[in-house]
Formats: sequence, C-alpha cells, structure tokens
Amino acid sequence: MADDEYILRVEDIHKSFGKLEVLKGVSFNVKKGETICFIGPSGTGKSTLLRCINQLNIPDKGGVYLNGEEVTNSGPRINEFRQKIGMVFQNFFLFDHLSAVRNVEIALLKVLKMDPKAAREKALYELHQVGMEDWAEHYPAELSGGQAQRVSIARALAMDPDVILFDEPTSALDPELTREVLEVMKKLASAGMTMLVVTHEMGFATSAANRVVFMEHGLIQEEGTPEELMNGDGRFKEYMGKIGDIKE
Amino acid sequence: MADVTAIVILWIPYLVEGVFATLGLTAAALGLGILLGLPMAIGQVYGNRLVRSVVAIYVWFFRGLPVLVLLFLFYFGIFPALGLGDLSAFIVGATVLGLRGAAYQSQIFRGGMQSISEGQMTAARSLGMTRMQAIRSIILPQAVRISLPGWSNEYPNILTDSAVCYAIGVAELLTRASQIVAQTYVTMPIYLVCACMFILINIAGMQVLHWVERRVAIPGFGTGAM
Repeated sequence: MADDEYILRVEDIHKSFGKLEVLKGVSFNVKKGETICFIGPSGTGKSTLLRCINQLNIPDKGGVYLNGEEVTNSGPRINEFRQKIGMVFQNFFLFDHLSAVRNVEIALLKVLKMDPKAAREKALYELHQVGMEDWAEHYPAELSGGQAQRVSIARALAMDPDVILFDEPTSALDPELTREVLEVMKKLASAGMTMLVVTHEMGFATSAANRVVFMEHGLIQEEGTPEELMNGDGRFKEYMGKIGDIKE
Repeated sequence: MADVTAIVILWIPYLVEGVFATLGLTAAALGLGILLGLPMAIGQVYGNRLVRSVVAIYVWFFRGLPVLVLLFLFYFGIFPALGLGDLSAFIVGATVLGLRGAAYQSQIFRGGMQSISEGQMTAARSLGMTRMQAIRSIILPQAVRISLPGWSNEYPNILTDSAVCYAIGVAELLTRASQIVAQTYVTMPIYLVCACMFILINIAGMQVLHWVERRVAIPGFGTGAM
C-alpha cells in the first residue's frame, strides 16, 4: 500500500474558532525520519495545526493518519495515538509538583504501567540523552528555561513516539538557552527522529530540516527544501526579507 | 476562693474527656469534608452540566443554613425519617458538621484546581493520559497542596462550630462545662477553663497542620509555607 510510505498523513484540515477560520484546508505527508519546519507569521494556524494532529484541538474537517490508522474520530483510542505522538510546548508545561526524573517517568508508570524500576531506568536514560541526568532530582521551578525544555523533550522521548511535535520550543528562551535546546533537537533529527517543528529559528530550519513549510492565512503557501525556498522568489523569501530588515 | 479552685481541679478530668469528644467531632467532620469535598470539587471543575448543578445545589443548601438549623433538621427530622433515629447524637453531630464542611471545603479545592494552569492538563493528555489519570496524577496533587493553607483554616472553623452540638446533647467540651456549672454553680471559672481548652487544642491543631504544609511543600513551588 502506498500509504505505508508515510508515517503521518494530514488531509485537508479545517479548523475555526468561532467565526475565525484558522486553518482552511491543510494537507501534507511525512516520511519516517523527516524533520519538517513550519514557518510563517504569527496567527497563521501553525500551532493549531500541530494541536489538530494529536487532537488537542479537534479539527472541524479533514483527517489525520498515523501509520495508516485514522487518528481523527478515533474515540477513546486517541489516548493510544497520543502515546505515539509526542509533543513539546513553548512553555514546557512540566508538571510542577514532580522532579525532573518523575516528570519523565510519570506517563511510563501511569499510562504504560511499566515496572517502577524499568521506568526509572528509562527516564534516566532519556534525561541523559538531553544532557539533564545531573538534574534528575530537581524540580521544574529550580531549572532554567533551557533545562526545563530539555526535560520536556526527554518526557516526550520516553514514550518512544513515532513523531514529535514541537510547538515553538524556543520562543520563550533567550538566545543562549535557545541554542542548548536546538542542539538537542538537531541531535534528535540526525538520529532519525521524525519531527514537526513550528519555529521562527531559520538557522535550525536551514541546518536540520529536510523540508520547510511556509504557512500564511491558514494555508500552506510554499514548501520545499530550505534551499529551494531560500532561492525561490515566493512569499517565503519576501517574509524572510522582512525579518532580515528588522534584524539589521 | 480555695473552694472554687478545688472544684475546678476536681472537674478537670471530666472536661478533658470533653476535649476528646470535641476533637473527635472535628476530626470526623474534617475527614468527611475531604472525602466528599474533593470529589465535589472535581465534579464542579470537570463534570458535565448535571454534575455541576447537583454540586451547586448541595453547596447552596449547606452554606445557606445556620449550622444549628442544620443540626436540628438532621437530628429531629431527616435522620429519623430515614429510619436512622437511633444514631447517637455524636454521629449525627459529626455527620452534619462533615456535610456542611464538605460544602465549604469543596470550594477551597475548586479554587485550588482552577489555579492550576491549563497547560498541566494539556501536557498530561498529550502523553496519552485519560482525563481521570491526569486529574489524579497531575491536577489533584498540585491542587491539594495549593489548597492546604485555606483548608487548614477549616480546622478552627469546624472546631469552634462543633460547640453547637451542645444543643443535641453531645458530651463535648461545652456540654460538659455547662453540666458542671449546673451542678456546682461555679460559672465563670469553669467557662474560662473550657475556653482555655478550646484555645489550646486550636493552637495545637494549627501547629500540626502548618507542619504538614511544610512537609508536602514542593521546592520552588510555593504554598506560602516555607
């Protein structure tokens, strides 16, 4: 079946909030191991799109398929799909009452019903992957933004997801902390993790993304490799030009 | 004067038994308050319309009536009508204080739950937790800690309210003090000792609760108790 070529298929997603139509029919396919960056002005539905993929926002129309199985309209099975679709948030959303290692292992214990010893081992391994094993016993309030975000990446990784959604993972961080988080993400990308990343970090997009999707007005306007978009003369280049002007 | 002192000292053991009854009423009422108040709070925050309405009516009823009226209503009316007329005054008193406490405590816990950021639930659900799992493992442990200072305040409230159980003859502190006064005609000194005992168990209980608050505090995640 041709479907199997893609780990994730997103078909014609529509989503409105009241009268505001945020997504007006978005479709794309993702191959295993791909890193796709979603770029575009604020308010164009990029974050809503990610939240429609794991049904945190229920799309009004359209379908999402993970490994050929429908995620939309999956009823209580959505919880099984969410285990396979990790998510990393702009504001980390670490569980404030749990230490770093407990944050990573809680879903292993409660959702996957793993043995406590195995869960702890796995959690420590994932913290090691993001360079946070020395902070295992610290609580979220004791971590810097970059550290907290790395723990939240470890939390997503622990479920062994098929794909991880990153919703502006560095937008709440200063440049130095941004770099430490992006380094972890680059490492994941090169290790073959399938990642969808909503970001404003062009540096990351050009160096780590297989594909860049430029979104505006609730639609995909352009997509291609970073080079293709940079060398093209569409809306993307115009948008990047504007950002460049501000930076100078 | 020496007579009065002797009388007071003679009756202190009898009053101390009343202290245990008062503490028993308070502890039972606090316990029942959590047992009912916490699920009610969950229902009010996460329940459907029907559940929310039922809880709202319950809270409206038990907060709307004076505690003495509730006590009479249950002792002379509702419990006998349910065939529970044989229940001891102590059980009825503790139950009424507990049912009333649940109404107040549910609102304390509701406030605690609503103060937890939406992101905590979002993150829990994104990991594949069901709503119930998220409430149990993520929301409640935080909400209870946040609610603890407000909830502690229920202790002196219920403790002092428990004295109304005098009206249905529970042998608590005030009832016993009144019995002694009726028998000895030593009024002021006995009521003073009774008052001192209320204050002592009040202070002692608050110390215990503050200790608990400090014990369960999360590093860097203030409950105000440091």
